[in-house]
Amino acid sequence: MKNEWPLWEIFIRGQHGMSHRHVGSLHAPDAEMAIKNARDVYTRRNEGVSIWVVEANNISASSPSDKGPLYEPSESKVYRHPTFFDIPEEVGAM
Amino acid sequence: MYAQMIKSEATQDDPEKLAAFQARIDAGEKIEPKDWMPEGYRKTLIRQIGQHAHSEIVGQLPEGNWITRAPTLERKAILLAKVQDEAGHGLYLYCAAETLGVTRDELTEMLLDGRMKYSSIFNYPTLNWADMGAVGWLVDGAAIMNQVPLQRTSFGPYSRAMIRICKEESFHQRQGYDVIRKMAEGTPEQKKMAQDALNRLWYPSLMMFGPSDKDSVHSAQSMAWKIKMNTNDELRQKFVDQTVPQAEYLGLTVPDPDLKWNEERGHYDYTDPDWSEFFDVIQGNGPCNTDRLAARNKAWDDGKWVRDGMLAHARKKAARKHAAE
Repeated sequence: MKNEWPLWEIFIRGQHGMSHRHVGSLHAPDAEMAIKNARDVYTRRNEGVSIWVVEANNISASSPSDKGPLYEPSESKVYRHPTFFDIPEEVGAM
Repeated sequence: MYAQMIKSEATQDDPEKLAAFQARIDAGEKIEPKDWMPEGYRKTLIRQIGQHAHSEIVGQLPEGNWITRAPTLERKAILLAKVQDEAGHGLYLYCAAETLGVTRDELTEMLLDGRMKYSSIFNYPTLNWADMGAVGWLVDGAAIMNQVPLQRTSFGPYSRAMIRICKEESFHQRQGYDVIRKMAEGTPEQKKMAQDALNRLWYPSLMMFGPSDKDSVHSAQSMAWKIKMNTNDELRQKFVDQTVPQAEYLGLTVPDPDLKWNEERGHYDYTDPDWSEFFDVIQGNGPCNTDRLAARNKAWDDGKWVRDGMLAHARKKAARKHAAE
């Protein structure tokens, strides 16, 4: 609406070595304030070591109706999983 | 509860789509914002999540009232952290509501002009420090009763907000019990204050769960949609059963002469609150309705120049950066 601050999606790295994960969203006038607000809203109990903010407008998402074409093809490709192959016990761990 | 008297909105959608939607919910799937959903589901959730968010925000006022007068620096720091959490909970919930197609400003305006409600409990005053204990213990305790099952609600963003909130809420109730325990174990005057706080806040806390099931006709659709997980009376009974032994431990008396353990039911029998008082408070005639809304309106009006100024600054900076490229 008129003068509403834009919406930002917030991603937090919970611990060193982990990926950033989406935790929620918030409103802020710019990226710098979005990071400051994210620190107050999403890391009050040591939940993070790093914050990414992305303006929600800039995110493109797949649509629920694309579920079939996008994900069904992989269902029939069971050979992509290691358990598809029988390895003789004598061969040992592989 | 934090959301009371939410009437399920009627839905006039394609029966086939409705059946498929209900099947997804019955299978335990989460509904996400871009998924198809009945208009009634969307509207009911906007009102329910919005009212819940407003309750978190207005709920800061009764406790904010005592931050500057906390008895020790430690109590002050704890209370500040608690009130800051409530702001955070409001923000998680507003964002969840916004995924349903309502804007933050629209939600705020509906609170400020009275079109949307917040929980009846926050229209009662906090008269002294013992009330900080009673509010944390009873009000947050009652809220948890409802919020724990709502973690399993069918709408993904609402469920995720509830999971975050529940992680933090247990701190709220424990700090309240700690405050009131100190007073109940203190001087006779302090114990009297603790008893007085329980006397005043017991029935308003029971009212938080909403009207008795026999007078509440809105539940069936919301329960089928899994946006209401238990009936009002179920949750109220659970709250009474949990709270009475906690009061006994403190040596305080629940202000209900007819309260007694019912061996056969395996629950406490208790007296219902005065529902005419509840409806009166909901209608705007509680002790603090006018104050609470005035405080929220003042904060919104006084903050306007800050919101506008920061946005103007951000736009100017973006334009400069654009020109330099």
